[in-house]
Amino acid sequence: MIWNSLVIALKQMERNVMRSFLTVLGVVIGVSAVITMVSLGNGATKAVSDQIASLGSNLLIVMPGQRFGASRAGASAPSFKISDADAIRSQITGLKAVAPAASDSVTVVSEGKNWTTTITGTTDDYFTAGSWHLSSGRTFTETEERAGKAVCIVGETVRRNLFGTQNSIGSDIRVKNFSCQIVGLLTSKGQASMGRDQDDTVVMPFETFQRRLAGTQDVGTVMVSVSEDRSTESVQKQIESLLRERRHITGDEDDDFNVLDTKEIAETMSGATRVLTALLGAVAAVSLLVGGIGIMNVMLVSVTERTREIGTRLAVGAREHEVLLQFLVEAVTLSSVGGLVGILLATAASALLARLMQVPFLFNLQINTVAFMFSGAIGVMFGYLPARRAARLDPIEALRHE
Amino acid sequence: MNCTLDHVRPEEIRSGEPDEVLIELLGITKTYGQGASAFQALLGIDLRVEEGEFVAVMGPSGSGKSTVMNLLGCLDTPSSGIYKFQGVQVERLSRDQRALLRRHFLGFVFQGFNLLARTTALENVELPLLYRNQPASERREAAGQALASVGLAGWETHTPAELSGGQQQRVAIARALVTQPLVLLADEPTGNLDSQRGREIMELLRSLNRDRGITVLIVTHDPDIAAYANRIVRFVDGQIESDTATQRLR
Repeated sequence: MIWNSLVIALKQMERNVMRSFLTVLGVVIGVSAVITMVSLGNGATKAVSDQIASLGSNLLIVMPGQRFGASRAGASAPSFKISDADAIRSQITGLKAVAPAASDSVTVVSEGKNWTTTITGTTDDYFTAGSWHLSSGRTFTETEERAGKAVCIVGETVRRNLFGTQNSIGSDIRVKNFSCQIVGLLTSKGQASMGRDQDDTVVMPFETFQRRLAGTQDVGTVMVSVSEDRSTESVQKQIESLLRERRHITGDEDDDFNVLDTKEIAETMSGATRVLTALLGAVAAVSLLVGGIGIMNVMLVSVTERTREIGTRLAVGAREHEVLLQFLVEAVTLSSVGGLVGILLATAASALLARLMQVPFLFNLQINTVAFMFSGAIGVMFGYLPARRAARLDPIEALRHE
Repeated sequence: MNCTLDHVRPEEIRSGEPDEVLIELLGITKTYGQGASAFQALLGIDLRVEEGEFVAVMGPSGSGKSTVMNLLGCLDTPSSGIYKFQGVQVERLSRDQRALLRRHFLGFVFQGFNLLARTTALENVELPLLYRNQPASERREAAGQALASVGLAGWETHTPAELSGGQQQRVAIARALVTQPLVLLADEPTGNLDSQRGREIMELLRSLNRDRGITVLIVTHDPDIAAYANRIVRFVDGQIESDTATQRLR
């Protein structure tokens, strides 16, 4: 019986290829739009959280200035000094690493090749705090750090652009007016989702950076890595009160510095991308709805022919439920095929776009299921309900339908 | 007789009530619409049709001749009165039971053919058999034979758009015949055809009536067409005006 209806329905669709195609097209576009948008959104969310995780876990970043830009009238917040970092290290327990860091954008030269990159002056703790690993070479020695020796560790992008396939360890690169020997190479972290290349970096001892490049004692940020067994919130509070004391901020004055918890940033950022995903999904859902209306149109346009068909079938002895089963099967088959094609198309499109946008490709089972069910529901609503109305007519009324 | 067709084999009905009249209408009325705008299409019709008859129903437009045909074919339901088909009171049957009655005992030929578009002649003829759960090979064979019997052997794969009006009507007749019905109901079967094609269709219907014993009822307003029948029932204003046997045999 069901098999019979399936055969009848499939035959009927085969005879109306164009109508079936148009009916399906709306669903295909709608379903694939929804899935692609949501998949890409999910990918972007994951890219952001991956990127933030790659900054280092349990990481606090201490920066001068207020979080939301508006600093106290006129006065910009004073920078930290190396002593601030030392104070944090000595007065707060449960820290794995405290790395003062200062950065500048500089063009580095090696054998006639130029490359503009970011140089960070910091200590060995920077590698611990920032989850950096060395692919070869070594970190700075205590002597180098203290004496401000001209040594550096370079990121993969810098190495590739200056040395290509050549060995770079032990070579010198020219930074402004001094030569700097490469003692180590950083393991690549890859491209970050916001287009920033994390590997485009050169690291040198803080002392070297201060003396030879910056010429000031300023520390841009202090990176604090918290032990796994301590909560970042309590360390954050302790650092805040310590720095308030050191910077003579009292009472209800606002902090002129900022202690960022990367976990918090991660949550904020992925929250933002989630909102974006929802927005994209909503836009795509509209296209799915429009696809549904497309189906409805095609079905309504053919309702005269279909009603007569129903009349004919009733006249030759089809029972109401037999006709309805045929139309139900037809509607469900059409929209399922549309849904499946849509899913395939979406998978291909999101895999491709994810590669282009450099976000990971995630197959989201949930949205695939929802979109598929929805396409089925549309098919039943717009394909089946008009048929049901027709099948409940007296055969002669259906046959006379104009 | 309290008959539920669902539980009765078609063969049992066919042979089970030998004494019953094939078709019997008693005081049938049909009203369209309600209230002031109501239109009485039939005002109490009494009619008996025996098995093997060839009846032409005639009358001007609006006289109720098509209405009575649709009622006989269970395509429509009467407002009041009794319709017995082989003793079974049709108005007591459910929609589905009436569908089964159409499926097993009645064949229809419409003025507008009502073939499925973009569907081959063979598949159109197969249509009623689809609802009988017959295997595909049997269906195809029966449909092919029905097409051959209306002179359309070799036209199986043509769609209605590729056939002339006369050929389309032949396909429709083959579709009505393929279930081997007791009664063939034809509403203006020649209405859309020229007189030559019309005569051919009528010859075909008459041979089906004579050679296969199928009871044929046709609705027409054309006396030449009605002349093929051996009984003419005239309708005027929803009532039967005359009911005469014709002895004329061409």
